[in-house]
Amino acid sequence: MESRRNPRAVVDPKVRQVGFFTSSQPDSTHQPDPIASESHPVVSSISPSGNSLSPVMIPPPRHNSSDTFPLRAAAASAVSPSSFSYSTRRDFPDGSTTAASPGRVSRGSFSKPSSSLPGVGMDAMAAAKSSSVPASGLNTVSVVNMPPEKESDQKKNSKPLKEKTTKAERRALQEAQRAAKAAANAEGGKAPLVSSGSVASTNIKATKPAKPSSQKNDVAVAAGPSEKKAGGQSEKDRKKDAPHPRMQYDDESRVVKAKRRAVVKQTEAKYRVELFRHLPQYEHGTQLPDLQTKFFQLDPMHPAVYKVGLQYLSGDISGGNARCIAMLQAFQEVVRDYSTPPEKTLNRDMTAKISSYVSFLIECRPLSVSMGNAIRFVKNRIAKLPITLSESEAKAALQSDIERFINEKIITADTVIVKHAVTKIRDGDVLLTYGSPTAVEMVLLHAHELGKKFRVLVVDSRPKLEGQLLLRRLIKRGINCTYTHINAISYIMHEVTKVFLGASSVLSNGTVYSRVGTACVAMVASAFRVPVLVCCEAYKLHERVQLDSICSNELGDPNAISKVHGREDINYLDGLTNNANLQFLNLMFDATPSDYISMIITDYGMVPPTSVPVIVREYQKEHSLV
Amino acid sequence: MWRRSASFILDERRRTSNSPPMADNNTTRAPFQNPDAISAYYQTRAAHHGVITSDWLAQAQAAVGGVSGEEYPDSSVAETGKEKTFNVIEEFNGWRKQPDLAEAVAAIRALAAVIRASEASTMMELEIELKKASDTLKSWDKTSISLTAGCDLFIRYVTRTSALEYEDFNSAKSRLLERAEKFGEISCKARKIIAMLSQDFIFDGCTILVHGLSRVVLEILKTAAQNNKLFRVLCTEGRPDGTGVLLSNELSKLDIPVKLLLDSAVAYSMDEVDMVFVGADGVVESGGIINMMGTYQIALVAHSMNKPVYVAAESYKFARLYPLDQKDMAPALRPIEFGVKIPEKVEVERSARDYTPPRYLTLLFTDLGVLSPSVVSDELIQLYL
Repeated sequence: MESRRNPRAVVDPKVRQVGFFTSSQPDSTHQPDPIASESHPVVSSISPSGNSLSPVMIPPPRHNSSDTFPLRAAAASAVSPSSFSYSTRRDFPDGSTTAASPGRVSRGSFSKPSSSLPGVGMDAMAAAKSSSVPASGLNTVSVVNMPPEKESDQKKNSKPLKEKTTKAERRALQEAQRAAKAAANAEGGKAPLVSSGSVASTNIKATKPAKPSSQKNDVAVAAGPSEKKAGGQSEKDRKKDAPHPRMQYDDESRVVKAKRRAVVKQTEAKYRVELFRHLPQYEHGTQLPDLQTKFFQLDPMHPAVYKVGLQYLSGDISGGNARCIAMLQAFQEVVRDYSTPPEKTLNRDMTAKISSYVSFLIECRPLSVSMGNAIRFVKNRIAKLPITLSESEAKAALQSDIERFINEKIITADTVIVKHAVTKIRDGDVLLTYGSPTAVEMVLLHAHELGKKFRVLVVDSRPKLEGQLLLRRLIKRGINCTYTHINAISYIMHEVTKVFLGASSVLSNGTVYSRVGTACVAMVASAFRVPVLVCCEAYKLHERVQLDSICSNELGDPNAISKVHGREDINYLDGLTNNANLQFLNLMFDATPSDYISMIITDYGMVPPTSVPVIVREYQKEHSLV
Repeated sequence: MWRRSASFILDERRRTSNSPPMADNNTTRAPFQNPDAISAYYQTRAAHHGVITSDWLAQAQAAVGGVSGEEYPDSSVAETGKEKTFNVIEEFNGWRKQPDLAEAVAAIRALAAVIRASEASTMMELEIELKKASDTLKSWDKTSISLTAGCDLFIRYVTRTSALEYEDFNSAKSRLLERAEKFGEISCKARKIIAMLSQDFIFDGCTILVHGLSRVVLEILKTAAQNNKLFRVLCTEGRPDGTGVLLSNELSKLDIPVKLLLDSAVAYSMDEVDMVFVGADGVVESGGIINMMGTYQIALVAHSMNKPVYVAAESYKFARLYPLDQKDMAPALRPIEFGVKIPEKVEVERSARDYTPPRYLTLLFTDLGVLSPSVVSDELIQLYL
């Protein structure tokens, strides 16, 4: 992974070059390359809040830079010579940009009056791809197909993060990017360009500063993960067929707009890892009391949804199935208490309401894939309600639909999965499981009831220590268990005969997106030639593709890493979360490549990881017929 | 049961200190091997191949007599069912003995006989009878994958077509019978289609390694010879069935140059091989195949030397199984002759088949076309969903 990112010639601020372009420290330019990896927090030698920032360094998004944009005019089809780009790059480390930039101001004074136009087109194009995760093949097409001025517009669009640099420096940077991009394009688009282009194009969607399409912004944010809206403007129609790309949190203007509308006032964490700037990270634990007092004052929010949101926020409900069921039950109550306002149709109004509730839930905690699919289902059902139904009939139909979804897709699916999985458990097996997946727990309990003789190895990890809950439940039933932490898996793996894992989602290329640490367990198991079985209900399968754990993930509370619960003597990191030189990274999910998975057990049966797109296809067909 | 882990050895020690060691031996063997279970499927194959020793014949007859004797009381569920189930299995065995008939075709012909002999007056009744008969057949010989797959396919066909309510019962019944008869033709046609598809892969001057005696592969080679292609065949001896000898007989009749190899000489000769052709007893959901013992070995050697492995299998052999490793299938045992007396204490690995994972297979030639192993699951999902 890092070899793909590091030797990039393009200076693309959208891609976090961790310490790649440092200022006047030539030794540190080489240093971060070998150690730059996604998994551990990068100690950057440049403090984000430092004064002496090199123009290339990416400062945290602090203030609104949208006012700088109206000054830029659209770029002509200027294609700078490649030598230009390299010379600018070489200049940067010397810190002599200020000298160089005035010379380039004239070139960089291209503004974009037509910025709205390509932006709209870009939006549709970007939205027409799969969600925020760059399926790089698709996005490359979109980038390459566009005329060069749009490309440079993209470059200009991706500007807003450099608030701390002067305008001239920013323009110089822009030139460099544009030139480098054109140069790389001329060379036929090598791999770094693909990812930078793809990230750029997805971020185009995110960055729409001060555009007339700001109303689209509101809609886009409010729509959340939904893709099917009953009515809507033409942009919404275009977005209908594609899952909505998630908001990228490194775009300042979008974040500000979202905050204005937000119910949950989250404060952003101060020091964040560069590589994960596109994900939201908030200070935990500050809003809960505030929100609790607001409980009775929030008119537009239904109390059931509010309650579920608070439960997500505090971490009371966690796990894909539990969250999805809680959300759906809250929606059932919403439907039950709903009454159509005068002069509005049930379909559209209810869809709008659901969308607003969904955006509230996103503010509490980003949606899981299972929740996203469930929301899509609910909106689909609302849209398909015949107009002729009376309000009470419609409400009853909706409630029964949601009930059926919960029963069929989650509860019954789990029983089918258990039925398939127990056939794979033989007497004398040693089964390893990681974390606390509900499906796997049901499998183990059922196998024990059937009288099979096996042993369970529960592997656990900080900071959540979810495995302890599973351990208690298994021991209560009398299953022979062993408990260990994830750093010991290579030690015990030779005893294991099968590995059972759960999943938050399985993506179309067979990648399993699951609790962080799952990938480690799967890889070690594969190295020891132990079969890895993933239990996942079919409604969690998704058609998008993810190649790594970075582009789409969730960041948890950094304090959970610094504090070790119950062990005051080793809390060395306590109180250091506010240190500028130390960034904590608490990832919640990771992506396991399909090569390490032997089989996926769904309610459609036992399938190889290559068959996931087939099931997704059949599933969609079934849904559209229903 | 041999276990590597330290904790298991400690457990064993604790257990053996409590109970006598004899009990231990029995308990460890029981769940895995029933030493007397001989797979009827592989017996039949051996019978087809015609290389039998008199010892084996006596053993087999005793085993067949014993097995079917105990199965009958279990399998008959209804009162009228007893006669029917008796009929089904006998019928099936009768069909199965014909060397040219595929296993699944024999199963379907047996089920067709059930339809003919049935006294049901509605579609539902007929379906229930068929289901019962199919369950009986499947439980009688659990090791035959084509049997299971063939039964499942036919039942699925019946359920699907019985949804057409506007037909009267008799015409529906006759349509089912027709379909069952046609299945035999379909099976033969399937072989011809596969032979045709694979001609493009056999080029002049190539050397083909063949393992086991698959009628489909034989058809492929016959067609290639008829098309005047120049190629030669290396075939493995195929102990204990002696498939290599039989195959070399057949091929020499067609004037195809044949060379016999010991099973252990495969790696030695793999350099001069251009491609490996095998048949399949069953194609599983992961895209791997279950075939005669030795296929996995050959596929491993071929894969490490970058030789393509082609599997020729009809589409009715696709089964909804998913073995995770070699031991994850129903055990199918076969008596093995060594020619000399083996002492009592020595265990013999008598499994008749192994599982080849999909990553060692290059392509599957089926009557649905030339497929890659991952497409098998796609087809199965569409078929059974």
